[in-house]
Amino acid sequence: MSSVIDKLIEYLQYPLVRRALVVGVLVALCASILGVSLVLKQFSYIGDGLSHVAFGAMAVATVCNFADDTYFTLPVTVICAVFLLKTGQNKKINGDALIAMLSVGALAIGYLLMNVFATSANISGDVCSTLFGSMSILTLTKREVNICVAVSIIVIIVFIVLYNKIFAVTFDESFAVSTGLNVKFYNTLIAITIAVIIVLSMKLVGSLLISALVIFPAVSAMRVMKSYKGVTICAAIFSVVTALLGILGSMLIGTPVGSTIVGIEIIGFIIFSLVGLIVRK
Amino acid sequence: MALIKASNLSVGYRGVAVCDNISFEVEKGDYLCIVGENGSGKSTLVKTILGLIPPVKGKIVKGNELNQNEVGYLPQQSESSAIFPASVDEIILSGFQGRLSKRFFYSKKEKELAAKYIEKMNILPLRKKLFSTLSGGQRQKVLLARAMCACERLLLLDEPVTGLDPLAQKDLYRMISKINQEDKTAIVMISHDIENVLEYANKILYIGNEVFYGKKEDFLKSKLGIAFAEEKNE
Repeated sequence: MSSVIDKLIEYLQYPLVRRALVVGVLVALCASILGVSLVLKQFSYIGDGLSHVAFGAMAVATVCNFADDTYFTLPVTVICAVFLLKTGQNKKINGDALIAMLSVGALAIGYLLMNVFATSANISGDVCSTLFGSMSILTLTKREVNICVAVSIIVIIVFIVLYNKIFAVTFDESFAVSTGLNVKFYNTLIAITIAVIIVLSMKLVGSLLISALVIFPAVSAMRVMKSYKGVTICAAIFSVVTALLGILGSMLIGTPVGSTIVGIEIIGFIIFSLVGLIVRK
Repeated sequence: MALIKASNLSVGYRGVAVCDNISFEVEKGDYLCIVGENGSGKSTLVKTILGLIPPVKGKIVKGNELNQNEVGYLPQQSESSAIFPASVDEIILSGFQGRLSKRFFYSKKEKELAAKYIEKMNILPLRKKLFSTLSGGQRQKVLLARAMCACERLLLLDEPVTGLDPLAQKDLYRMISKINQEDKTAIVMISHDIENVLEYANKILYIGNEVFYGKKEDFLKSKLGIAFAEEKNE
């Protein structure tokens, strides 16, 4: 046991590791607080679709050799978020089929591009790390960390300030409209913010596993808490703890970061479900 | 001056009227029931009053006492709230949303006002409970308290008793009538329920192929009213 702690202390000496922890915790926090709204509005599909879009956009950025792929990936994902929101609400056209087409299409085109215009010798390695995350969280530059911290803090502040409005829009749209709240604006804001978080967290868990960061904390918290505020706070704590455990654990045992975090979240979900069953009885 | 006044109003979607020639007035303390067959445009009228869709023709004038968005609205029951994790307190407070305007958080005064409505609705023991675990009748009382937070002068209720058992229906009607009489809150209600209409309403708006607006007594003497009462009694 003491050797594990020694090892952890040794790791924490490295600025790289500290940066990874800061970024991981902030991204997980942002994903979880918005995740509550997303899950309750039954927008989970948006999170999932967007992560695939982000993968495709990242592939294009890699092929084009952009210096910083975020500048390309972010706008593309944001535009798709607004588009998905609009089609998902339209009951006349097959919204769900369109979303499935968009997400699987982005995935396929992304992989195709990376294969045809290979920029490195190790394509399958590149693809794999984009899909499932990699140790690239340890190779974050100082600038990337700064951007990530700044955006996360903005997201958290916006969320706290608009908390009551987000609640109103999430709980009952028709009533919210009747009180004069601009529901469309807040729905779009939620979708855009989730797109930003997905692009940010792609480096951490990879594009296939992002939905887990958004959905697991929310559904786990909903098993045990009895108010919206309780669910939000519980989801945030759940997310931060699992992210910390996942990142540190992956370093100790040498497993991939993303899947380790998601694995721990699954265990957390099971525990919360059991606790919920006992408490509710 | 009336709280709401509509004259020669046509309501509908995208310029196509569903129902024409609607005129009515709601004053302080009024209890107006909107009746009519399914598909006659009752819900469209509600949406127009709320300002969700523009009127096809004519307009709705709101009195000096009412701001543009000031209506306490009780929507038809929706299934989506069945799994939602929110406490009764949180939901009732969200009624103040429209009054916040430039503010983001609820003031102490608003919290006190919410507590007053909670007491009025007899739901004090439910305050910390999860909304989704309540019975249908309890839920409607919570949403009624929320509507009062949005506006205590005018409540717009869209078939509020649908899906409740008879006892809970009676209870909710009594509660609405109490607010109407004690606080002089004006009630505008869409209803299918002839007994309720006869017992509590003082004004009737019938919409359909023909339109009637007037006092309850006059409606019951009119051809439309007689047909309506007979049909519902069968």
